[in-house]
Amino acid sequence: MAGVDGEKKPVLEMVQADGADEGCVTFVLHEEDHTLGNSLRYMVMKNLDVDFCGYSITHPSESKINFRIQTRGAVPAVEPLRRGLTELTDLCQHVLNTFEKRVSEFRSQCEEAE
Amino acid sequence: MAATMSNVDEIRNRVILGEFNVKNVHTTDYPGNYPGYDDTWSLQKFQKNFRIDVVQMDETCMEFDMVGIDASIANAFRRILLAEVPTMAVEKVFIYNNTSIIQDEVLAQRLGLIPIKADPRLFEYRNAGDEEGTEIDTIQLQLKIKCTRNHQATKDSADPQELYLNHMVYSKDMTWVPIGNQADVLADANIGPVHGDILLAKLRPGQELDIVMHCVKGIGQDHAKFSPVATASYRLLPEITLMKTVEGEKAERLKRCFSPGVIELENHGGKVVAKVMNSRLDTCSREVLRHDDLKNAVKLARVRDHFIFSVESTGILPPDVLVSEAIKVLMAKCQRFLSELDSSEME
Repeated sequence: MAGVDGEKKPVLEMVQADGADEGCVTFVLHEEDHTLGNSLRYMVMKNLDVDFCGYSITHPSESKINFRIQTRGAVPAVEPLRRGLTELTDLCQHVLNTFEKRVSEFRSQCEEAE
Repeated sequence: MAATMSNVDEIRNRVILGEFNVKNVHTTDYPGNYPGYDDTWSLQKFQKNFRIDVVQMDETCMEFDMVGIDASIANAFRRILLAEVPTMAVEKVFIYNNTSIIQDEVLAQRLGLIPIKADPRLFEYRNAGDEEGTEIDTIQLQLKIKCTRNHQATKDSADPQELYLNHMVYSKDMTWVPIGNQADVLADANIGPVHGDILLAKLRPGQELDIVMHCVKGIGQDHAKFSPVATASYRLLPEITLMKTVEGEKAERLKRCFSPGVIELENHGGKVVAKVMNSRLDTCSREVLRHDDLKNAVKLARVRDHFIFSVESTGILPPDVLVSEAIKVLMAKCQRFLSELDSSEME
């Protein structure tokens, strides 16, 4: 990558075997663990285009995960990853809105009771 | 008699607790696994099925139900509550004078574990390598106390409470020293330890402590002192179904196999019949499966997508704020990778 100094720590890397098509890629996500790995794996598996999705922690002393996506058809693997991340964000937004709404409803219910 | 679910629905929605094993633990509803079911992700379907019910809430503890979400995401929220929601805690302890019997490092470790009531959202992380700390990333606290003999004490009293002044050092003796513009900005937030009655050290006359502490922002992953929850856990909603009618003496024994309130006995034409009143109260000890005559009458299961969360805060932030912050942390993680993907796409 042009213009990157040697000091910068990588956040996301892509590892691809030579000769394989764009559909089979292993992403290396740095500074992550089961928290994002398992939830992202669930969201990517819910995608119809995905044939295989799995993650593994390379070594417990290193905080990075190998996240592998294999797609069906000619879909590039970046696309289900991007879609999984956006869908997870939308899911979290909905959970947050519902939670805050229910908490304020509970509070006003308690105040009415007093 | 309870109606049985069709086999497929049971595999999809319930975790079965058997005598020797637990069945259907993993989520299997991915697209293509079940013919006839459309399991592709749909935000509308999720929004329709998802609900949250707050059962109980006060300043430190909260219990709420999250229904219609997968275990991987509920677990992500739990992990983030424990380890990735930031708080302020004592990090650097400058000991100018410690003539007490507690060693410097032991005292410093105890000071680090005290929860500090300061909203971490108002502070920044300290830059790596910055030794001094600025007003935006540091809180300064001071502990200056000296134990003296009480000259008003009666001659032959043996009670240390009477004989000595300031012989017990509590966390309420830690005072806030505002630096920079903190005195104006954080005037109404009374910064200090959450609880004032934590015993730090015991002194005798002549011993004193003169300590300055710097608190910084951190996360539980770095050190457990930064964890904002006493604990955060969830359990799945238990489901108990009676496959046969249980009456008489067997009903009484069945009632005793479960936690109180789960099974109640009803009077049907003279005979006592067992009925499931509230399976939510059960702790799923599977005691009923130890009795040969009762184990075939009951089916023990858990609903796979119904999570009963229990969040207990240390007092720094109220529990509902903690859950909101945890959800925002997960969103921030996703955003980080999305922007990384976009920036590498640009190149």
